[in-house]
Amino acid sequence: MQESDTSKYWSPYLAGAISGLVLVVSVLISGKFYGTSTTFVKTTGMIEKIFNAERVATMDYFIKEVPAVDWQWMFVIGILIGSIIAAKVSGTFAWQPLPEMWQNCFGSSIVKRAIVAFTGGLIGMFGARLADGCPSGHGLSGSVQLAVSGFIALICFFIGGALVARMLYKGGDR
Amino acid sequence: MKMLIYGLITGILFGFLLQRAQVLRYDKQLGALRLLDMTIVKFMLSSVLVGMIGVYFLKDLGLAALSVKPTILGGNILGGLIFGIGWALLGYCPGTSLGALGEGRWDGLWGILGMLAGAALFAEVYPTLKATILTWGDYGKITLPEVLGINHWFLILLFVIGGILLFRLFEHKGL
Repeated sequence: MQESDTSKYWSPYLAGAISGLVLVVSVLISGKFYGTSTTFVKTTGMIEKIFNAERVATMDYFIKEVPAVDWQWMFVIGILIGSIIAAKVSGTFAWQPLPEMWQNCFGSSIVKRAIVAFTGGLIGMFGARLADGCPSGHGLSGSVQLAVSGFIALICFFIGGALVARMLYKGGDR
Repeated sequence: MKMLIYGLITGILFGFLLQRAQVLRYDKQLGALRLLDMTIVKFMLSSVLVGMIGVYFLKDLGLAALSVKPTILGGNILGGLIFGIGWALLGYCPGTSLGALGEGRWDGLWGILGMLAGAALFAEVYPTLKATILTWGDYGKITLPEVLGINHWFLILLFVIGGILLFRLFEHKGL
């Protein structure tokens, strides 16, 4: 298992500050703030349309969030591409089925990780849609605009997350 | 078409920076939730502080408009807590699950599939939620300076000072 070599990475303060600048430029040029979770709704709608387009056309949520490629959809694909570029250029790309912290506590079963990660994704996205945003839409873009909804959601993300993380790892690392 | 290209370029830059700061790692996300490693908080708060100053500067010059999400206590609080539960189980948020896959941490893929399923489930029950939870405590699109009746630059100054003190604490404690 490779340990993360800090010399290969940037300071989170520097990278974070630059991403704040990128957000400001995006707001200036295209009027768009960061956000990702709506894209999952749109993608789900596109997939469901393949099977039953008529039903999708009548569903309230897909009328509100029309299943089509937009600025945010491209932004989310961009995150994937940007990560690949950064990892390849810096030589930090590595295929890894299990996170180290997870493996130290829960062993090397890929099935176990898959079940918990899938469940977590399902619950998380349901919550994000109910809250009307995720750490990028509420946490970053909401806080940047001093939006009350952003601060409330961000605090709740961390409370819910910290409670469950505590339960998961209460036995400590093996 | 131009908007799609802007979206793609902005995403590439954001994904690049997330990867460079090690934010795309399960160990860092759970590290923050277990209060062991504040890497993602440092990244996020640095972005927020710079973004806050820049966005309100543009707004005051009339060069940009805000896009504030409504405050609905039922949705924001319940949804926020539910998101937190899922986040701790998955160890990635929606954006970072794709980023994690990009740097080869392919357990992010399980999360992406789960999130598509979660979005499908939400779309099914949305009519019920819209009539119930999403009506509880609806205050509309409000911001902190509006609610408190304080100039936004005063609040931004407080956030910057608070942020710097928090960063000093993290470095002092070796988080």
